[in-house]
Amino acid sequence: MIELSGVTKRYGLKTAVRELTCVIRPGLVTGFLGPNGAGKSTTMRMILGLDRPTAGRALVEGRPYALLRDPLTVVGALLEARSVHPGRTAYHHLLCLAQSNGIPRRRVGEVLDLVGLGAVGARRPKGFSLGMGQRLGIASALLGDPRILIFDEPVNGLDPEGIHWVRNLIRRLASEGRTVFVSSHLMSEMALTADHLIVIGQGQLLADTSMAGFIEENARSYTRVRSPDREKLLDALSHAGLDAAPSGAPGAEGAWELEGDRTAVVGELAAERRLVLHELGHHRASLEEAFMRLTSQSVEYQAHVGAEEG
Amino acid sequence: MSPMPRVLLSEWTKIRTVRATLWTLVSALLVTVVLGVLISVLLNNTFDDLSREDRATFDPTFISFSGTQLGQLAMIAFGILVVANEYSTGMIRSSLSAVPVRGQLLAAKLAVATALALAVGMVTSFASFLLGQLALGDHRTDLSEPGVLRAVFGTGLYMGLIALFAMGLTWVLRSPLLSFGVQIPFFFMISNILANVPATEKIGQYLPDQAGSRAMAVVDTGDWPYGPWTGLLIMLAWVAAAVLAGWLVLRHRDA
Ligand SMILES: Nc1ncnc2c1ncn2[C@@H]1O[C@H](COP(=O)(O)OP(=O)(O)O)[C@@H](O)[C@H]1O
Ligand SMILES: [Mg+2]
Repeated sequence: MIELSGVTKRYGLKTAVRELTCVIRPGLVTGFLGPNGAGKSTTMRMILGLDRPTAGRALVEGRPYALLRDPLTVVGALLEARSVHPGRTAYHHLLCLAQSNGIPRRRVGEVLDLVGLGAVGARRPKGFSLGMGQRLGIASALLGDPRILIFDEPVNGLDPEGIHWVRNLIRRLASEGRTVFVSSHLMSEMALTADHLIVIGQGQLLADTSMAGFIEENARSYTRVRSPDREKLLDALSHAGLDAAPSGAPGAEGAWELEGDRTAVVGELAAERRLVLHELGHHRASLEEAFMRLTSQSVEYQAHVGAEEG
Repeated sequence: MSPMPRVLLSEWTKIRTVRATLWTLVSALLVTVVLGVLISVLLNNTFDDLSREDRATFDPTFISFSGTQLGQLAMIAFGILVVANEYSTGMIRSSLSAVPVRGQLLAAKLAVATALALAVGMVTSFASFLLGQLALGDHRTDLSEPGVLRAVFGTGLYMGLIALFAMGLTWVLRSPLLSFGVQIPFFFMISNILANVPATEKIGQYLPDQAGSRAMAVVDTGDWPYGPWTGLLIMLAWVAAAVLAGWLVLRHRDA
C-alpha cells in the first residue's frame, strides 16, 4: 500500500504537485492518469524518496521509503528517465542492485529471462533499443520480487508485441495480490489495464475512482438532435417535458443534447409536429473525451486562479 | 538501512564493471611511473650541470615522484568519473532507490573507490621509487635511508587522497563537464601558479595538493613552512571539507 497525504512539490515558482492525497491499494492496478506535465513522474519520484516533498508525506507500507530495509524487496520501480549506466552490462547492472539488497545472484538471471533479455545479459545497454532499455528497467523493478510495483509510462517506446507483454505483466502482478501503480497520459491505455483510476491535472487530484465507476459516470449516454427550425424544435421538446442543452462537442454546432437514449421519443415527436430533422442519434461519450473534459477544467481553473492572483 | 557489507559489495561491483573508470587508474600508474623514470634518467645524465646549491639539496626520492604532477590528473579523473557518471547516466536514481539512506551510499562508494585508489597509489609510488632509483644510477638512495620509506608511503597516500578530494567535490558539482572543467585546470596549473608566485605563495602553499606533496620529499629545502606529516594533515582537512560538502549537498538536494 502507498499512502500520499497532502503531498506538494514546488520547483522554484512552479508547483508540480499540489496537496495530493490518495491511497494506492494492493491487488489492483491503479492507473495514474494525467496529461504531460501533470506531475505524475514527480509524484512517483517522491514516493521513492528521490525528490523531497515541499510539504506532506508519502508512505510505503506505512513508512517513508528511506526507512525500508532492503527497499528493492518491498518496492520495484520503473522510472521514466533512464536510470542505467550504459557502459555496464545488463547482468552487472542488476547484480550490483541485487547485492545492495541481499537478493541472491541467481535472481539476476531469472529476471533477465523473465523480461526476454536472457540472451543479451552480457551486453552493455548503450547498444540497446528503446524497448530493450525499457525491459531492463522492468527487470530491475522485478528484481526483489517486491509487493509494490511502480511503473512510470511503461509502454513508452515499446512495439505492439512489447505493449501487449507489459499489459499482461501488469495484470498478472496485480492478480498475485501486489500493489501496482502505473502512470500514463493515455486514457485508452488505462482503460485496458487499470481497475482503479487516479487522475491528476496541473498537479492536482481530479478524480480518485474505480475504473467501472469512472466509465459509468463519464461515458455518458445522450441523444443528439439537430433541426434547421430551432424555435420549433425547442418548443416541441419543452412541450414534451424534455430537457435539452446545446451541444458542446466540436462539429456539432447548433445541435441539442438530451440525457440518455431518447431517439424514439424525439423521432415520434418530430413526425407528429412535421418538424424537419437533420440529425437524430444516440451517442456515448468516449473515455478519452471524458478525460479531456476533466483535465481541461483543471486548466481553466488554473488560468482563472492565476489571473486573480496576478 | 541495509547492512553496510552488502552496500560495499555492490559498490565494488559497480566500480569493477565499468571499463573507462578502471582505465583512469591504469593511466595514473603508467603516466606517473614512466614520467618519473624519464625525469630520473634525465637528471642522472645532467647532474653535473646542476648548480652547487641544487646538488646540495638533491632529493632522489622526490625526483623519482616527478610523474605525480601529471599522473595525479588521472587519479582526479578517476574520482570524478566514479561520482559524476552516476549523475550523467541517471544511474543515481537506481542507486538511491536501492540504498535510500544517502549518507550510506556516499560512505560506501567513497570507501570502496578510495581503497582502490590508495592501493593503486601505493603500487604507483613504490614502482616510481624503485624504477626511479634504478634510473638515477650513482645518485640514488634506498628505502633504508631516513625519511625515504615515509616519503614513499606519503606519495601513495597522496594519490589516494587526491582522488577522494575529487570525489567529494564532484558530489557537489555533479556534472562531469563541470567537474573536469574546474578540477583539472586547478590542479594542473592554477595551484602551481598560486604556490610559486611571491604574491600568493603564502596562501598557495596551503592548497591541498601543495600541502600533500610535502610528504613526497625527504630533503627539507626550507621552502615549506611545515613538515611532511603536517602537510598530509592539511591535505586531509581539505579532503574532509570536500567530502562534508558533498554529503550535505547529497542529503538535501533532489536526486
Ligand atoms: N526537476 C525539476 N525541476 C523543475 N521543474 C520540474 C522538475 N521536474 C518536473 N518539473 C516540472 O513539474 C511539472 C510536472 O512534471 P512531471 O512530474 O514530469 O509530469 P508528468 O510526469 O505528469 O508528465 C512539469 O511542469 C515539469 O516541467
Ligand atoms: Mg512523466
